[in-house]
Amino acid sequence: MAGFLSRRLLGLLPVLLAVSLLTFAIASLLPGDLAYVVLGDQATPENVAALRHDMGLDQPIAWRYLLWLGHVLEGDLGRSFRTGQTVLTAVTERLPVSLQLMVVAEAIGLLIGIPIAILCAVRAGGAFDRFMTGTAFSMLSVPSFLSAILLIYLFAVELHWLPATGYTPFLEDPIDNLRGFLLPAFTLALGEWPVLMRVLRSDMIATLQEDYIAMAKAKGLRPARILWVHALKPSSLTLVTVTGINIGRLIGGAVIVESIFALPGLGRLLINAIYTRDLIILQGVVLLVATGFVLMNFLVDMMYAALDPRIRHGRA
Amino acid sequence: MAVLDATLDTGLIAVPAAEPATSRTRRRAGTLFWIALAWIGLVVVAAAVANLLPIPSPTDIDMLGRRAGPSGEHWLGTDGLGRDEFSRLLFGARISLGVGVLAPIIGLAFGGTLGMLAGYFRGRFETLVAGGVDVVLAFPPLVLAMAVTAYLGQSIPNLILVLGFLGIPAFTRVARAATLSLTPREFVTAARAIGASHARILLRELLPNVALPLMAFFLLGVAVTIVVEGALSFLGLGVPPPAPSWGIMIGEGRESLDVAPMLAFLPAIAMFLTVLAFNLIGDTLRALTDPRPGAL
Repeated sequence: MAGFLSRRLLGLLPVLLAVSLLTFAIASLLPGDLAYVVLGDQATPENVAALRHDMGLDQPIAWRYLLWLGHVLEGDLGRSFRTGQTVLTAVTERLPVSLQLMVVAEAIGLLIGIPIAILCAVRAGGAFDRFMTGTAFSMLSVPSFLSAILLIYLFAVELHWLPATGYTPFLEDPIDNLRGFLLPAFTLALGEWPVLMRVLRSDMIATLQEDYIAMAKAKGLRPARILWVHALKPSSLTLVTVTGINIGRLIGGAVIVESIFALPGLGRLLINAIYTRDLIILQGVVLLVATGFVLMNFLVDMMYAALDPRIRHGRA
Repeated sequence: MAVLDATLDTGLIAVPAAEPATSRTRRRAGTLFWIALAWIGLVVVAAAVANLLPIPSPTDIDMLGRRAGPSGEHWLGTDGLGRDEFSRLLFGARISLGVGVLAPIIGLAFGGTLGMLAGYFRGRFETLVAGGVDVVLAFPPLVLAMAVTAYLGQSIPNLILVLGFLGIPAFTRVARAATLSLTPREFVTAARAIGASHARILLRELLPNVALPLMAFFLLGVAVTIVVEGALSFLGLGVPPPAPSWGIMIGEGRESLDVAPMLAFLPAIAMFLTVLAFNLIGDTLRALTDPRPGAL
C-alpha cells in the first residue's frame, strides 16, 4: 500500500503542474489585456505601458508563468485590484458558506435517497420501484436552476414560508442561517438524491439475496430491523464513496445556486469576479478549486484502493 | 455539467447484480423511446421553420403590451419587454438546440479520433492522451466554461467552441474504452493477418463498432450541453441578449415570478422535456449497445 501510495502521489505532480499551466494559460493567452481592464477609462498608451511594466506583463510569458508559480507555491496568489483583498482571504472568507451548502445539500439528498432506495429494493421491479426509478431518471434531467425557480415560486412567492434570498452567519442566528440554507440546499439535493438512490438501490438488491439475510428472516427478526440493521450497512459501501465524491462535485451546481439565492460563497466570488473582470481573483479561485478537485479525486482513488485490493495491484 | 458525471457514474456503478424487471422495463422503454423521439422531432421542426411561420418577431419590444396574457396576436402572451413569448420559445429552441448539437459534434470529432488512436496504438501516445484528459477533467467544467467565456467574450460561436472543447475528454474516454475492448478481437486480428493497413483497420473494422456507443454518448452529451448552455445564459454569461435562448428566458422570467410565473415556467418546461427526451433516447441506445446483462 505504501508503494502504491507514493507512486500515485508522484503521479499527482504532473497533473497539478498541468492544471496550474492551463489556469495560467487561460488567464494570459486569451484576448483582453489586464492593464486595460485595471485602468478602464484612463487607459492611455503611456499609462498602459507603465502599468504593464509594473505588473511584469512585458516579460516573456514563460518567465511570467514561473514567477507566478513561484509566488503561488509561497502561498501568494495575488490580490484583487478592485477590493485590495488577497485571493486567500477572499477564499477563506467564502469557503465555509459553500461547504455548509454542499454538506447540508448532501445530507438532505441522503435523507430523501436512502428510504426510497430501501423501499425500492424490498420489492425490486414492483410498482413503487418502477415509479421511483422513473422519477429518479427524470429528476436527473432537471437542471438546478430550474428546480431553484420552482422552489422559490412555491416556498417563497406563493407560501411565504422561506426567504428567497439572504444569508445570516451561523454564529449570529443559527435558526435564520438554516432557514436561509434550506431552499438552496434542497435545490441541490433534488439533483443529488436520484444518484444516491440508484447506487444504494442496486447494492441493496444484491445484499438482500445473501444467505445471512435469509438466515435473519428465518430467525424471525422484524423486517424493518433486517433492512435497516442487517442489510443497510453492508450495502452502503458504494454509497459512502459516491456521497464523498459528490460533495466535491457539487461545486459546479453551487456556483449557480449561490448566485440565484445570493449566498456569499465561492461560487458568488467566482461569478462576481467574472462580472467585474477581476482577473486575479478569477485566476486564483479557478486554480484553488481545480487543485481541490484533483486532491479530492486522489483521496477517492485512495479510498477505493484501500477498500479493493485488486485496484492496488492494477488488476481491476 | 455535473450532470454528465452523474449519468456516466450511475451508468457504470448502478449496474444491478440481478435485475428482475428487465423484460418489463424493456417494453416500457419502447413506448417512451418513441414519445421522446416524437418530441425531439417536433422541436427540431419548430426550430427549423420558426422564421417561416406567421408569428411576430422574437425581439420586437412593445413596452405598452408588457406581460400580456395569451391572445390571437400573441398566442402565449408577451414577456417583460412585450416580446412575443411563443415566438421567443421557438427561436430559443433554435439556439438551445443549435448549441446543444454543434458543441458535442466538436467533442465527438476530436475526442472520438483521439480516443480511437490512443486505444489502437497504445504506448506513449496513449499515456499522453490519458494525461491530457485527466487534466481537463480536473477542472469543474462549469467553472472552466465560465472563466473561458469571460475572457473570450460572449457570443454563440465562442460558446459552441468552449462547450465543444469541454466535451472532448469524455468522448475520448468512451472511444478509447470501446477501442481497447475491440482491438484484441478476432476480426481485427484477421484483418491484420490479411495485411490491412492501420488506416483500414481503424476506419473499416473498428469505426463501425465504436460508432454506436459514441452515438449513444453523443445524445447524452446533447442533453448535458443544453443544460450547461441554459445555466450559463441564465446567469448572463452565455448567449448574449437580445437573442432568445431558453436559459435567458428563464433568467428573465425569474424577475417576475410573483406576477407572471408562466414566463419562467414555459421555457423551463420546454427545456426539461427536451433534455429528458435526449437522455431517454441516449440511455436506451446505451443500454442496447451495452453487452453487460441487465444494463437497461
